[in-house]
Amino acid sequence: MTTIEKTPAARVAGPHLRALESEAIHILREVAGQFDKPVILFSAGKDSVLVLHLARKAFYPAPLPFSLLHVDTGHNFPEVLAFRDRVVAQGGLRLQVARVQDWIDDGRLTERPDGTRNPLQTVPLVDTIAEQRFDAVIGGARRDEERSRAKERIFSLRDSFGGWDPRRQRPELWGLYNGRHAAGEHVRVFPLSNWTELDVWNYIETEGIDLPEIYYAHEREVFQRQGMWLAPGEWGGPSTRETLQRRQVRYRTVGDMSCTGAVESSATDVRAVIEEIIVTRITERGATRADDRLGEAAMEDRKREGYF
Amino acid sequence: MSAAVTADAHELAQELTTARGLLRFATAGSVDDGKSTLVGRLLHDSKSVLSDTLDAVQRTSEARGLEAVDLSLLVDGLRAEREQGITIDVAYRYFATPSRTFILADTPGHVQYTRNTVTGASTADLVVILTDARTGVVDQTRRHAAVAALLGVPHLLLAVNKIDLVNFDQQVFDTIAAEFCAYARELGIPEVTTIPISALHGDNVVTRSERIGWYTGRSVLEHLENVDLTDDSADGSLRFPVQYVIRPRSDELPDYRGYAGRVAAGAVRPGDEIVALPSGLRTIVTTIDTADGEKDVAVAGESVTLLLADDLDLSRGDLIAGVQDAPAPVTEFTATVTQLAERPVRAGTRALLRYGTSTTRVVVTSIDHLLDIDTLTYVDAPAALALNDIAQVTLRTAEALPVEAYRPGGAVGSLLIIDPADGTTLSAGMVGDRRAALHHPRTASRSGSPVVTTTTAGEESA
Repeated sequence: MTTIEKTPAARVAGPHLRALESEAIHILREVAGQFDKPVILFSAGKDSVLVLHLARKAFYPAPLPFSLLHVDTGHNFPEVLAFRDRVVAQGGLRLQVARVQDWIDDGRLTERPDGTRNPLQTVPLVDTIAEQRFDAVIGGARRDEERSRAKERIFSLRDSFGGWDPRRQRPELWGLYNGRHAAGEHVRVFPLSNWTELDVWNYIETEGIDLPEIYYAHEREVFQRQGMWLAPGEWGGPSTRETLQRRQVRYRTVGDMSCTGAVESSATDVRAVIEEIIVTRITERGATRADDRLGEAAMEDRKREGYF
Repeated sequence: MSAAVTADAHELAQELTTARGLLRFATAGSVDDGKSTLVGRLLHDSKSVLSDTLDAVQRTSEARGLEAVDLSLLVDGLRAEREQGITIDVAYRYFATPSRTFILADTPGHVQYTRNTVTGASTADLVVILTDARTGVVDQTRRHAAVAALLGVPHLLLAVNKIDLVNFDQQVFDTIAAEFCAYARELGIPEVTTIPISALHGDNVVTRSERIGWYTGRSVLEHLENVDLTDDSADGSLRFPVQYVIRPRSDELPDYRGYAGRVAAGAVRPGDEIVALPSGLRTIVTTIDTADGEKDVAVAGESVTLLLADDLDLSRGDLIAGVQDAPAPVTEFTATVTQLAERPVRAGTRALLRYGTSTTRVVVTSIDHLLDIDTLTYVDAPAALALNDIAQVTLRTAEALPVEAYRPGGAVGSLLIIDPADGTTLSAGMVGDRRAALHHPRTASRSGSPVVTTTTAGEESA
């Protein structure tokens, strides 16, 4: 890359970020006002860290009126799990972990032949929501992430199987979010709906929000598969035909190690990450999530099944 | 990255962190007017489409045997839609240029999806309506303009598409533009612009077309970047619906009691006298609190926490208002509603009413008129409202509410009618008579003029 066009896919502004912050805080307070047992999905990925940050601001100086839930595939980055536990301990927060391994052990789930566990998260998530009777499940998904998410509501109604039916979604007018639901149903809530990747990073910089260190450039043993740099781990890779190399990389999303790729990078701080994003022409999920490549409608199908 | 690239990126990152405006706009048009192509073109030509997304669209276009890349594929989100070649719901898109950030509500054009146009336009500063140069102003064009006017959208842009298919004929464009502007004037829309475009070839979408020499105005994107966004929602008296009561009950803050909410209109400062509604009790704002510290002022759109001098025991659903023109709580009022659900609403229907942060029981006492959206005249009310109907209704609530006339943007005067059984949103409404307001858009939208108030607080105990 040698030249840069001056009109990138970038949106940032002081007042613009404050408006997004006020909107997100308004949404989170609506959740507290309308639901009995809300929970924040917390993976310690940057979007969930941001949701937690905004939620704590929304109810300051009172304690957070939500608990946290993490669906652990068993293939998560150890650095990210350590970060998660640190945040929970320091903030005096309540975290419940639903382990995919437990569902495999008792036969409710079967390991896939390819070893990836990302698609296996849906069942533990939906089971836990039902067991705990969570009525609002707050997530960090954004509409700019993927095409099928562009139509997602901020309050998204799910049936008792966690399923999402585009034709049952309620029109959302003005700032009136309708959280009413029938018994057994729940509502997924997305306070970051109107944020873009760059908004998230700019806000992280402005607010000085801590993230797991793997979001910044570091040296790591990786191998290449389908154009992505993957890290070896308990989940399986590399195969005999794939060779490990030492590269300077960072992660743009932190999910299951089997399908979350690193990008080569020299960005060791937030500002450098922002600059890399401005020059890059690769969308976030496409660059680093193998499971979205399964098919054009992959995300739509998983959402119908109850995935985020 | 080379050093030059790094330096450029650094400069650009600085440039993009400076203050810029935000424009929320919606697009509307008939099915084959090329709306998806226009939106795809705006995203593509403003460099908002990233390479792997574009690669996917390229592959799909080739797989379908198309000669050129079909940019409408950029915005067709759901497989169900792609298979049927239609758009079934409002989709939100995000893009930015160095001068402005844009949130686009892309609404489908099917006749039966008026409700989606209403949804998409509900918070829009501007609506782009597409029409085909070969057919000109059709019913659907007038209908979209009328919906925008009813919602109080301040700016309207008519994009006359496929101008290449009428040989770039200025006469054709002028006739369509004149007809549309006359109609929009009748609707009382403050600002109307018309632009000849070819979405397919990109003429006048992002860059000005050299093939349309007789047109010397702005391209669509230039217009979006420059349209006046003066916002007067911070003027006037305070409206602050209480969302949640913040009570830490901790050793350090045993008595802290803050009212969390988002300023819907006006501004608030410590020392201001306020009235709590519906109780009517008055007190003084002592502190505007946030996690970032106390503030000297909070204006419309800001989420803050208010601390009051007296313990008024407010809760979610109450309204904190400025004392000057505080609305009187009533139990009966009229509203212009759009039917959003298949489930009918009729006179006598009992439901829940959401107004601001309050939810109360409501009965539809009468359906007074149906609005013919093509002629903007009242016609006889049907027994039941059907999906997409726009009607004037009278509502009676179990508890008195401080309702007041709808203001554009809906932070004041908007409501939902909700089925108590499963929570379905049956209708969305605007307090007052929006058709009557069309002819006096300025006064009706800003004065907070009284709506029908036949019953005052306390008289009704339904």
